[in-house]
Amino acid sequence: MIEVKQLTKRYARTTAVDQISFSVEKGQIVGFLGPNGAGKTTTMRVLTCFLPPSAGTAKVAGFDVLEQPREVKRRIGYLPESPPLYPEMGTVEYLRFVGKLKGLSGAELDKRIDYVLGRCFISDVKTKLLGKLSKGYRQRVGLAQAIIHNPDVLILDEPTAGLDPKQINETRDLIRSLAGDHTIILSTHILPEVEQTCEQVIIINKGRLAATDSVRNLQARTRGVESLLVEIAGGDGSLEQDLVRSTLEQIPGVAQVVSKDAKDSRLIFEVQTQKGQLNRGDLARAVVGAGWDLNELRAASMSLEEIFLELTGNETPAEVKEPASEITA
Amino acid sequence: MRNIWTICRKELGTYFASPIAYLLLTMFGVVFGFFFWNALGYFVNMGMEMQMRGETMPMNLNEQIIRPLLSNVSVIGLFFIPMITMRLFAEEKRSGTIELLATSPVRDIEVILGKWFAALILYACLLLFTALNFGFLFLYGKPDWKPLAVAYLGLLLQGGLLLAIGTFISTLTKNQIIAGAATFGVCILLWVLEWVSGYESAAWATVLAYLSVITHFDSFARGVIDSKDLIFYLTGIFLGLFITARSMESLRWRS
Repeated sequence: MIEVKQLTKRYARTTAVDQISFSVEKGQIVGFLGPNGAGKTTTMRVLTCFLPPSAGTAKVAGFDVLEQPREVKRRIGYLPESPPLYPEMGTVEYLRFVGKLKGLSGAELDKRIDYVLGRCFISDVKTKLLGKLSKGYRQRVGLAQAIIHNPDVLILDEPTAGLDPKQINETRDLIRSLAGDHTIILSTHILPEVEQTCEQVIIINKGRLAATDSVRNLQARTRGVESLLVEIAGGDGSLEQDLVRSTLEQIPGVAQVVSKDAKDSRLIFEVQTQKGQLNRGDLARAVVGAGWDLNELRAASMSLEEIFLELTGNETPAEVKEPASEITA
Repeated sequence: MRNIWTICRKELGTYFASPIAYLLLTMFGVVFGFFFWNALGYFVNMGMEMQMRGETMPMNLNEQIIRPLLSNVSVIGLFFIPMITMRLFAEEKRSGTIELLATSPVRDIEVILGKWFAALILYACLLLFTALNFGFLFLYGKPDWKPLAVAYLGLLLQGGLLLAIGTFISTLTKNQIIAGAATFGVCILLWVLEWVSGYESAAWATVLAYLSVITHFDSFARGVIDSKDLIFYLTGIFLGLFITARSMESLRWRS
């Protein structure tokens, strides 16, 4: 549905997007992840024909953004970072205006307006002026505006930015519910959002592609090494860190023990093992057998956050070019 | 065509949903009302004096009231046009709604024409106020309506040209004040350019004077449609809208 090849966008002095290539299948939700200023918005603006690419090509539904922008625009619904609302317009009036711009008319337009009012839960602000709406409603009207012409592709730039937690959840649910009918690209710098909402993730940093994979794969890749967080307390407060560490290291299957924290009489360790090598029961027995208390034992799965930091933290181009080897390393 | 009308309707809605249109209409109505009241007072006074002296000079509403007043209108218009056009694109650029227009399947020129037509309609509404005053002349006197109609055509053409320039300037900035001030400067300049012809008769002075929008209105004010002036205004409007389109196109490459 979306095909981007070697896309580059240069501004006067900076290169905002540098040779990015990716493709998105029909019906997928793709998270576009990167820190602020990574080039997310620029890429989206190229896809929506707002900006022309400096080099490379971008195709939406088979149409090139430079050659056939009108065809692309017809098939795209776009929610920019701040919803493009006219404060002096009423909700329905605005949706009618956008619908007409997108080429709808008559009974079909009325039908679509009714549909998006219900779909985006904005029926109760039908006649209100957009300038008077709260941030959450503004965002939803922005979404309604993007789907009014039932586009094949939805491009959402930070759709949950500036919302409160309840609104964020509502907006995410709404986006997920739209997935069946539309191919969705949403950008964000919030990691859990991608984990919760998206199937695919495209990570970019400083204009370059850092990784592209399914969310599940990315998480699975990093679980080659499993780590456990262990909190140990000694009943009488005489706990020696080195002694505990060496005890833990002697348990079969343990690869490495890292001391994480020491508070009062409690010690927290991260125990790293190869997947499937360690029997947690052995660990628990060893701790209790030595006369200590086992307060906590849990798996510390690598969150997308860590993956992300790992991918974007390293700035040497060579490592960015080979994201796969970097993750499994 | 449909898209032009959609944009135009939306712009008119903005003008009339906010105080902009009403403020401009009121201000224009008051200012023109004062001009009209003055001209009429002067005219009536002159008529009474002549009666007292027993003279019978022909008095003509068209020549003595309507024509000078319409020339005034063409100058007052210069002051109002920046206020009409300054928000057209500057506001869209500032609030980000330009992204909606630029990513919708409409041509740039449709957006520009829609906005320009809306501005022209508001300007025509201002002119309607003058028609209200002139209505009284028709009620109590018998002025000729044809030169008046020609003069209105001239005012619309001159307004159309300046509005096109204002629209262009509005695409250059995000700041309405800058757009308004720059348009105001250009309007004033296009008015006073003609003054050089008062003391200088070299070719460059003639060219400068020719560029002055006000000089081309004179023939319309007299009730004459001079093809030279008609063409000046039409090409001016075309040029203004053309550079607006180029400017909007360049937004994409520059931004």
